[in-house]
Amino acid sequence: MRRTVPLVITLIVGTVLIVAEFVPHKPFGSLGDNFSMYFDIIAVFAFILGGGNLLRVHITKINKKKADWPFSAVTLASFGLVLAAGLFKISNPGGIQGDVAAIGSLFNDLYMYIFTPLQASMFALLAFYVGSASYRAFRAKTVEATILLIAAFVILLGRTPFGLWLTGGLTGGWEFLQIPNLANWIMDVPNLAGQRAIMIGIALGVISMSLRIILGIERTYLGQDND
Amino acid sequence: MSNGHTEQKSLVERLQSIDRRIIFVFIGLAVVIPLLFGATLKEETTPIVQAFFDTVDELPEGSRVLLSFDYGPTTAPEIQPMVDAIVRQCGERKCKMYMMAVWATGHNLTWETIEKILKPEFPEYEYGIDYINLGYKAGNQGLIRVILVDFKMMYSTDANNTAIDDFPMMKNIRNLKNFDLIISFGGGFPGIKEWVLYAGDPGKIPIGGGCTAVSAPLLYPYYPNQLIGILGGAKGAAEYENALIQAYPKYKDRKMAGMSLMMSQAVAHVVIMFFILFGNVLYFIQRSRDRARATGAE
Repeated sequence: MRRTVPLVITLIVGTVLIVAEFVPHKPFGSLGDNFSMYFDIIAVFAFILGGGNLLRVHITKINKKKADWPFSAVTLASFGLVLAAGLFKISNPGGIQGDVAAIGSLFNDLYMYIFTPLQASMFALLAFYVGSASYRAFRAKTVEATILLIAAFVILLGRTPFGLWLTGGLTGGWEFLQIPNLANWIMDVPNLAGQRAIMIGIALGVISMSLRIILGIERTYLGQDND
Repeated sequence: MSNGHTEQKSLVERLQSIDRRIIFVFIGLAVVIPLLFGATLKEETTPIVQAFFDTVDELPEGSRVLLSFDYGPTTAPEIQPMVDAIVRQCGERKCKMYMMAVWATGHNLTWETIEKILKPEFPEYEYGIDYINLGYKAGNQGLIRVILVDFKMMYSTDANNTAIDDFPMMKNIRNLKNFDLIISFGGGFPGIKEWVLYAGDPGKIPIGGGCTAVSAPLLYPYYPNQLIGILGGAKGAAEYENALIQAYPKYKDRKMAGMSLMMSQAVAHVVIMFFILFGNVLYFIQRSRDRARATGAE
């Protein structure tokens, strides 16, 4: 029963929404929009679920003194502080009616002066790892790797003014060989073709998976309970 | 002779397994030094950026532009320069700016943009008449789908919890089709792609996108039919700033964030290319020696 009811709901909702996409008349016409609205309402509750899950996982970790449990304590303290700052709108110029992210509020200060630098620093580290990885791993070992290497070089050079500086002299019908033009060509032709192929593949995969879910063939989303 | 050969080989091997912290120092210097000296780099505007700029520039006075802040602090260094340039251009065109976010982290950046760009540079702009901050709503693509049909179903108040009907600029907004242009900033999920799929295509609304450099290739299939243009990373921002300066020379002497980043990016690219090249030279030396040794052993 615990599995049958969700399967029946999925079958009915999935079928109705597919029909609604092709039948613009009542009652089908507005069904898609209504379900989007339900989705938005459920998405709000997902925040509560997410918060509850975060608390459960980290409190368990602290209680059992698992490895790196002090990090969990920091996570919980940060979560509590930001939640309190947002919920009670501490030092918000507009009071409890004001926007949660109003300039001057504690929530915004935490965001601008703690969250922003931390997140930006994490992302900035990528440049260092890309530099290190490209030195160690980007080798012209095979024909495919060599093509990739040449393409990467053209794109990297084409994204800087050095590309034009190096090949800007190619004129009189040879402009297409200027590195910025080659970089644009790589983006517009081989990249575009590859991306389109991937997108079409993903779309077909989504259709196939959706049909499997609607028809009850794919049941992993129901969890591991078997009854 | 044999000893010398062994020493040379070990040098190549040592260089191949160089301490990564040395590479980090080079990359760090390549990024920091141009920033410290305030070096800027002017970028020629490419067609994909120029098309975007021209579309915004051709908007008549009073056009409604929806700006969606779908990014966060991680990508703000790349995306914020685009936002600043486009807000400036919309201000010059006297467009009405509707700001919202489908990313929770984008909401704070909306206020920052208003405080740092809109208010000081366009003091004539009045809240609720010329611009409005609608804030963040949960729901991802579901949100976009709902506001395509009924805007006020999701946005009954602005970010300050004031009833939406109190604002003159919201009077004639029923759904997304009432906007002349939608611009999404941020290449993650939900982002530009979702705006195209759930608003641009079904509502036949022009969409423009500004995203990080790594996300840009994924969006190329949508240009030019579904996207009016794409701004990819700091380069896209710098190109847009260049177009802005060409069209509005008053910005010529102003420090532009995208152009400032470009010198760092250009030098970092060159350093990375040098390391790739150097790594490959070492690899081929090592390989030829290994082959020679194998032939000698035979």
